[in-house]
Formats: sequence, C-alpha cells, structure tokens
Amino acid sequence: MTSEVITPAPVPAPGRADRVRELATELRGLRGALIPILHAVQEDLGYVDQTDIPVIADVLNLAVAEVHGVVTFYKDFRREPAGRTTVRICQAEACRSVGAEALAEHAKRRTGVGFGETTYDGRVTVDEVFCLGNCALGPAVQVGDKLHGRVTPARLDAILGEAR
Amino acid sequence: MTFSATPIDGSIKVFVPRDAAARSVGADEVAERIEAAAKATGHQIEVVRNGSRGMLWLEPLVEVETPHGRVGYGPVAPEDVDGLVAAGMLDGAALTVGAYLGVVEELPWMKRQQRLTFARVGVIDPRSADDHAEYEGNAGLRKALSMTPAEVVEEVVDSGLRGRGGAGFPTGIKWRTVLGAASDLKFVCCNADEGDSGTFADRMLIEGDPFTLIEGMTIAAYAVGAGEGYVYLRSEYPDAVETLNAAIRTARDLGWLGKNILGSDLDFDLHVRVGAGAYICGEETSMLESLEGKRGMVRAKPPIPALEGLFGRPTVVNNVLSLATIPTILANGAATYAGYGMGRSLGTNVFQLGGNVARGGIVETAFGITLGELVNDLGGGTASGRPTRAVQVGGPLGAYLPVELFDLPMDYEAFAAVGAMVGHGGIVVFDETVDMSAMARFAFEFCAEESCGKCTPCRVGAVRGVETIDRIRNGEDRKKNLVLLDDLCDLMTDGSLCAMGGLTPLPVRSAVRHFGKDFGS
Repeated sequence: MTSEVITPAPVPAPGRADRVRELATELRGLRGALIPILHAVQEDLGYVDQTDIPVIADVLNLAVAEVHGVVTFYKDFRREPAGRTTVRICQAEACRSVGAEALAEHAKRRTGVGFGETTYDGRVTVDEVFCLGNCALGPAVQVGDKLHGRVTPARLDAILGEAR
Repeated sequence: MTFSATPIDGSIKVFVPRDAAARSVGADEVAERIEAAAKATGHQIEVVRNGSRGMLWLEPLVEVETPHGRVGYGPVAPEDVDGLVAAGMLDGAALTVGAYLGVVEELPWMKRQQRLTFARVGVIDPRSADDHAEYEGNAGLRKALSMTPAEVVEEVVDSGLRGRGGAGFPTGIKWRTVLGAASDLKFVCCNADEGDSGTFADRMLIEGDPFTLIEGMTIAAYAVGAGEGYVYLRSEYPDAVETLNAAIRTARDLGWLGKNILGSDLDFDLHVRVGAGAYICGEETSMLESLEGKRGMVRAKPPIPALEGLFGRPTVVNNVLSLATIPTILANGAATYAGYGMGRSLGTNVFQLGGNVARGGIVETAFGITLGELVNDLGGGTASGRPTRAVQVGGPLGAYLPVELFDLPMDYEAFAAVGAMVGHGGIVVFDETVDMSAMARFAFEFCAEESCGKCTPCRVGAVRGVETIDRIRNGEDRKKNLVLLDDLCDLMTDGSLCAMGGLTPLPVRSAVRHFGKDFGS
C-alpha cells in the first residue's frame, strides 16, 4: 500500500551548520568534548540532525563514523525534532510495582501514539524511561525537566491536556 | 537567593524541600502558598528550600523552627496550606489534624536511623555554603590536609568502607593502588549514573548536600594525588545537575576548589558531565569511555581503572555515597565508622525503600538490620495494603526474595550466600498481584535493551532469554525450557564481560527458585 502522506525528512534550518560549528568550537577544549557538544546542539536546536555530524566531526578532528556511532549509542540524542512537550513514563521495576504498565497503556490510548512517537499535531512526544529516581512515589513521569510523582491516569490526562 | 544560617530579626524559619521527589508531589506550589499565606496573616517568615528528610510518603513535608526543635507537617497539599496556616502552622502549633507530626527528629522513623552520610540531608539549605560550614562541613577535609596522603588512604582502609555503588570493593584499597601509581596526571571520578530502579540516594545526596560530595572528592584527590575530578551524572536527574553545578561554582568562589584549597598546597578542580540515557554507563569502564566522549562500551579488565582509567591515567572511580561518606570518616576517625555494622560490612549503608511500599524513603542505618525490619517495621508493608510477596534488592540486577527470607541481615556476605546482593541498597517491594515470570522476562528485556553489545553472552543471551521465558509462559515444553533457561543463565554468568550480562541471571534465577509457581512448576 502506498501512503499518500509522505513525511519529508526535516530540512535543516538555514544557518544551522554555522550554529553547530559555533557550539562545537566553544566546547571543543573540554576533555571528552563530544557528548557535551551533542547535548548543547540538542538543547539549542532541538535534535541532532544527520547534517550536524560531519560538522562536529570536522571541529573535533574525528571520523564521521565515530561521531555517528556516539549519536546512535545514546538514547537521549534525538534524530528528529520532538513534540513541543516530551512526556516520559517510567517503566522500571519500582514503578511497575505500582501500575506503570497500565499507565503507559492509558497514555497510548489517550494520545494514539506509542513510545518514541509524536502526536500528529506535534504537541506531545511520549516515551519510556528506566528510572527517574522517584521510586518511593511512583508511578513517576517526567514532563520536560519536571518530575511528577504518584501519577494516576486522571493526573496524566491533566498533564497531557496542559501540554500545548 | 541565599539564606543565612540564623533567622533575620526574629522571622520564623519554614522549611519546604527542594528535592525533586518532594517537588514531584507539589512542594513548589506549597512553598508559594506558604509565602502568600504568611503575607496575608502578617507572619514574618523565611522559607528555606532544604533537601528531603527521606520520609518520602510525607512529602511535601513542611517544617517550622520552634524553640523545642523543628516541627513537621506532612503530607501538605497546596490546597491545605491556608487552613494549616489559619490553624497555627507557622507558629509550630500542635494541631489535631492528621498533617501534624511533632518534632521531626523525634519521629520513630528518624530515631531508628544512624545518619552519618546523610547527616545534613534535609537539615540544611543545600545551596548555602554557610550552612555547610556551620554543620561541621569541611572538618574532614581540614583533617585530611593535616595528614600525609598515605595516612589518609590508610584511614579509609581502616574504616572498612566498601564501594557503595554495588560491587562492595574496599574503597581504601582502590585508593592505595592509585596513590602508588606513578603519573603526572590522575583523576577522581564520581559515578553518579544511578540507573538502578529503586535507588535514589545518590540523587537525594546531591540535591540535599552537594558540598559533602565535593568535600569527599577533594579528600580523594589529596589522598591519591589527583588534580582533576569528574562527576558523571545521569541526564534523568536535571535538578541534581543544577544543584551540583551551583555548588561547584560556589566552592570555586570560596577557594574550596581550584588552587591552594583552604590555603593548602592542594590544587583540584571538579566538573560535571551529564550522561545521555544509557544504563550501561553506570558500569565503571563504560562510564570512563563515555567521559572520554565515546560510545559507552565496556572495557575488559585488566587493566583496572586504578592503573589505566580515564584517558589511560590512574583513576579513582567511586560511587556518590562512598565519596560522600569520606568526610565523616576523616572528621570522626576510622574506628568510629568501623564501630557500626557487622562482619566485613562495616559502617552504615543508605538503604532505599521503594515500589509498592507504605512508607518509602531513605533509611541510613548500620549494616546488620534485617530485610524484614526494613520492609515491615520501617516501610510499613505494601502501599496497596495487600500482603507482600517479593522484594527486589540491589536494582534490576539484584535478586527477588520472598518474605521467607526476611530474617536475612543486610550484609554483603549474607546476601551473597543466598545468591543475592545488597548492591546500591535499593529495596523494591511487590505485593501479591505481581507475576514473577513477567518480572523475570523484564530482567532479560531490560538487559537486551541496555546491553552495550560488546560481548555475545549479554547481547544475544538476553534476547534468547526473553524468548525462552515466553515459551515457558506459553506452556511449551516447560521442563525442557526451564533446563535451557538454567543453562543460559550459567553461560551469561560465566561468559559476560561485565555485571550487566553477568548478573541478569540473578533476578531470573531467584524468581524461578522462590516463585516457581509463576513458571508453572
């Protein structure tokens, strides 16, 4: 079946390569600079684009393959833009003991997307995470950088509703 | 905003935790409402955002300073604040409502503990260097600087301190190796990649008392001759990253880090590196690879990191709790610390109660307390009120234990003897609704997801493990597949490069052994 909707690969914004080079150059003096640079790029530009990789490799004098290898090893580094709000639901043991799996199912039903996916309107990305260090107050959910504890399905609905 | 250690012109000190767990259930809103209510009722107050006392079921826990001690109210929901203030909370009044707890230090949960590593957590304002100094901060560092590096190392050896990250290797022995290694550049690395489910003590220590970690790392640097330190802190802990970075900046300004620390000849600086969502980076060699800016692939040992660690240089790699315990050992002496505990597990350990538990949180106590005392007496059993069925001790790679083993003392050797481990001290409680074959399957699933992929037993074994458990759960050739599962566990235990593949059989085997019913046998 051919799909009528073709999702185009994100086109990097003009000037992106210059900004990536600027960020990489600023941090290149750190020991083990690659991961801090990738964090900085994602923080500033939302994700790590495939076209960023040769730029960073050039600044650090690394092979493109090495940088690619690091980007793909770590779950934090996104290869495409996320939704405006990222909601991460803990699926580790402590949260499982108090209903984290059911909460994840609820989130999937409510948003219509699975882990690692973004709603069609670009509002919310839903993802799983293994432990947020809130194991006595589970199920735990992280919205952006903000931690939530004892999240019931009703509370999750409120969180998803607030995500604009 | 900074807060002085003494109240300004008679204002009342009110403590509302800044800890991420407290914030996760509304502490920020509670603090705002208290400020507003105080204004409305004409109370002059000073709100201090302390760390958490570790009684997490009572969060947000509000404390009010009174002449007879800090009086607690909790849990306080934002909408409760106006009523509590009207009833006299800001005067520390003894209320008849449920939220009134009395003097916090006198609560049975607190009285039962021996807080050495966590002595200041929840008590002080974690961002205030004045508070740190007032509560005997830097006493350990000052003592260390008055000794030779070798004497400091021997003091740590004598304390009996063992690595709190999970492996339990004697910290002093590790330091001795690094001290003896000749190099113009050595490192101290703190492993704060606390990825184990059911553990949150590293996070709470960093958010509640960051200067103590800095002090511990500085003592380590002095003892082994290191000039640079790194804290590898997981990205899932943004509050801890912010707090630690702020504390490091303050420490530099005060000469607690940098050149000539506290007027001595010691030069040492410290940097935070944020992880990127890989559980395996909690394994020390994988963490070093990640610090070097590479994929977090495990290294074969030897060479040990103490000799060839970060960038091939001699490196101390210790857990947050190990390093944060160093100041109290130096300040009060190795013998005092070693006076706690049992057998070869000396001192105190910071246990963490989580999962389906009525009273979850931090219990720092001497080794030797039993599992049952922790789960039942302190934890109060399950949160759901159903009977406890299993507890997992030591994170995703730790064993599942039944209530029949609740007499087991918390001791490295006693746990090893029953095929379990103390690990990082996390205890996750499950009630009778848990399906243990599903938890065993999850152990393999997690290993498959988080394996670095370097060795075959872990990378492939975990996937085969999921498939085998699925067959057992579906009732296909149960007996045969249980034998196969056992064989796979042997292979992973013996053949894996690190603890990820090597210990995944622990939760699996313990689940089969103690909860065979769930596997149809």
